[in-house]
Formats: sequence, C-alpha cells, structure tokens
Amino acid sequence: MSLWEYANPVKFLGLSARLQPYLWGAAGICVTVGLLWGFFGTPDDFRQGSTVKIIYLHVPAALMAINAWFMMLVASLIWLIRRHHVSALAAKAAAPVGITMTLIALVTGAIWGQPMWGTWWAWDPRLTSFLILFLFYLGYIALWEAVEDPDTAADLTSVLCLVGSVFAVLSRYAVNFWNQGLHQGTSVPVATGGRTVADVFWYPLLISMIGFGLLFLALVLYRTGTEIRIRRSRALLARSKRDA
Amino acid sequence: MIALLRRDLMLAFRAGGGFGLGLAFFLIVTVLVPFSVGPQSDLLSTIAPGVLWLGALLACLLSLDRLLALDFEDGTLDLLATAPLPLEAALSIKALSHWLTTGLPLVIAAPVLGLMLNLAPAGFTWVIASLALGTPALSVIGTFGAALTVGIKRGGLLMSLLVLPLYVPTLIFGAEAARRGAIGLDGSTPLILLAGISLGTIALMPFASAAVLRMTLR
Repeated sequence: MSLWEYANPVKFLGLSARLQPYLWGAAGICVTVGLLWGFFGTPDDFRQGSTVKIIYLHVPAALMAINAWFMMLVASLIWLIRRHHVSALAAKAAAPVGITMTLIALVTGAIWGQPMWGTWWAWDPRLTSFLILFLFYLGYIALWEAVEDPDTAADLTSVLCLVGSVFAVLSRYAVNFWNQGLHQGTSVPVATGGRTVADVFWYPLLISMIGFGLLFLALVLYRTGTEIRIRRSRALLARSKRDA
Repeated sequence: MIALLRRDLMLAFRAGGGFGLGLAFFLIVTVLVPFSVGPQSDLLSTIAPGVLWLGALLACLLSLDRLLALDFEDGTLDLLATAPLPLEAALSIKALSHWLTTGLPLVIAAPVLGLMLNLAPAGFTWVIASLALGTPALSVIGTFGAALTVGIKRGGLLMSLLVLPLYVPTLIFGAEAARRGAIGLDGSTPLILLAGISLGTIALMPFASAAVLRMTLR
C-alpha cells in the first residue's frame, strides 16, 4: 500500500469520491463558523474599528494563494519525474483556484487599505509580489489553454511552474530591495512560534484558515475529477471514431 | 558552435533579418515618452534611467519572436536537435546572437537617447554598465520564453505574458542601479545583484530552454 497507488485515475476517483463529502462538510462548517464568529463574535479593534474584520477573508485567501502555487509546484515535479497524469491534471485544476484566492487577497487588501492607509494601492513589496504572483498564474493558465496536445501542455506548464517559482521568489526579494513596506510583517511567524494577534481575533482566524485550506482541497479534488473525466470522454470519443 | 553563431549573425544582418528593428523600436519608445509626459527637463531627467530600461526591455521582447520561430518553421530546429551539438549549447548560441544583434546595440545607443531625455551626467556610466550587465539576462530569459511558445500558433502575445513577469527582478535591479547612479548615489549593490542574476540565468536557463524545446519538438 503506497501513496503512488492513487496515481491510478480509477483509484484516485474512488478515494476522492469517498473523501469529498467530508471535505466539503468540514470546509463549509469551518468557513461559516470562522467568518460568522469573526464578523459578529469579535470586538472592534481599538484603532482600526470594524475594518479589522476583513482579516478573516484576507489572510486565509493570501495563505492559500501561495500554498496553491506550492501545491502546483509539487504536482508539476511529480508529473515531470514519475509521469502520473493525475498529478498534471491536479496542477491544472489548482491554478484557477489559486488565481481566485490571489484576486480575493488583492481585492480585500485594497478594500482594507483604503480606510487604513488612505489608499487603495501602494507599491509596497508584499502587494507588488502578490501582483506578480497573479501574473504568473495568468501566464500558467494561458499556456495550458494555448497548447493543443495535452501531454505537451502538461510538460511545458510544469517547466514554466518550476522556472516561475524560482523567479517568483527572486521577485519577492527584489521588490523588498526596491521599496520599503507599508504592509505589516507576518502576524503568525511559524519559525519563532510567537504571534501578534490577540486570542479573541486569533481563534476565528485560525478556523477560517483551516476552512480555506479544506475548501481548496475539496475544490482541487473536484476539479481534478472533472479533468480526468474530460480526458476519459475524449479518449472514448476518439476510440469510437476510430472504430466507426 | 562558431558556425552556428556565424550563421545566425549573418541571417540577422542580411536584408530582412530584422537587425536594427529592436534598435528602431527602442528609439521610438524613448522619443514617445516626452510626448506623453511633457517636455519638462527636470521630470525627464528623473525618469530617464527607468525609461531607458523599459525601452530596452520592450525592444528585447519585440525581437524574441524571430529568435526561434523562423528556424522552427523551416525545420532547422529539428536538425539542431538531432545534431551532435547539445541543444543547450545551440540555444546558448542563439541567445548570444540575439544579444549581439539586439542587446549590444541598445547598450551603445542608450547614451545618445539618455542625452535626449536629459539624463544626469553622473548617470551615463551607470546606465551603460547596468544595461551591459542586464541585457544578457533579458536575452537568455527571452530564449526560454521563445522556446516555450515556439510550437504555438500566434504565440507572440502569450510569450509576452509569460516572459514579462520573468523580467521583473532584472528590471528592478537594473533600473535601480541606473537610478541611484543618476542621482549621485552609489549604485554598486544593485549592480552586483544584477550581475548575479545575469550569471545565474546564463548558467541555468539554457537547460530549461532546451528541455521545453525538446518537449515541443517531440
């Protein structure tokens, strides 16, 4: 019994069909509880008033925007090394989810920035690198759409994902060098274990982040299943044409 | 390798090769800038390093279309892929000839255009140095973009979408070095980082370019 068994599309679809109801349920509960608790169950911030509540959308979306690209990177590597089609299709399925998360993070950030910083947009390193991430997602999706042969498309987009990751990291540090930041640093530094968010805000935020993670997982499984079925129906169509 | 370089250079210089197109585009872009932002000389001198860098970048991008597409159409690339010369080396040569026909003329033309944009006297050395160090990276990254989209019909726009985000770090460090130099600061830190990017991309990108080209030609 190994993880690679699920590279078989039938086994993958079986497992994902069994997992999905739980994932959707858990994601729904976590997102609903996290957002409702965050919006209605927490006090207003001392300085920011009620605008602080956009954090329950902004932070989880930003978190998943980066992790979606990371997941695509891992899936692309698996495709290039082990040639499992499910992996390539999972990367393809994750990209539109990732770009949506990036867009949510950018838009909520602008809405939050307007009352707090007095501007919708600033050329701050964090904002800029998210915009660049958005452009990388756009290019990745466009390349998938442009190449006709599915295997070549998977190959090319995988290499683009690898090269893009390197350049995305480079850009992240380059923009740091280029302009000083307006955005605050991370509130939940994983390395040191400390955090600067008070408990009342932290618990709903944590639930919301878990909910967004589960939601991402459920969406990717669902969309990968769709891609597999599209691929399968195309193969069946080609076979029936050939036999006819 | 040298034969390939000579062939590419000769094709570029002969009639219809497109040599000078990038240069003319660079000229047009920089000349259009005063029309769009106004002729105030202090404003122009502030933005001159950035405009020169952006113009050079766009001129490089424009000429990438021809880098591999013609060789792909007439089958030269298939021959190159089966030749004893590694495809990585062939693409490095292609990038080199692109730089010699596009990047180098831009570096040489930049001071003249800098004069027209009222670039501060201290900035000239920095603009030339940063362009000389940065344009090789633009050529090498551009070769990757061209290899990625060569099999796609009408892939020109798509290539711009793919290549421009990859140009971000190069542009930031290059323009920053030129800007710092132009206002009298020491621009050597961004210049060293820019050189690092150029060296790193020259060393690594041909492998990625060759990999995607093999996938396309397969």
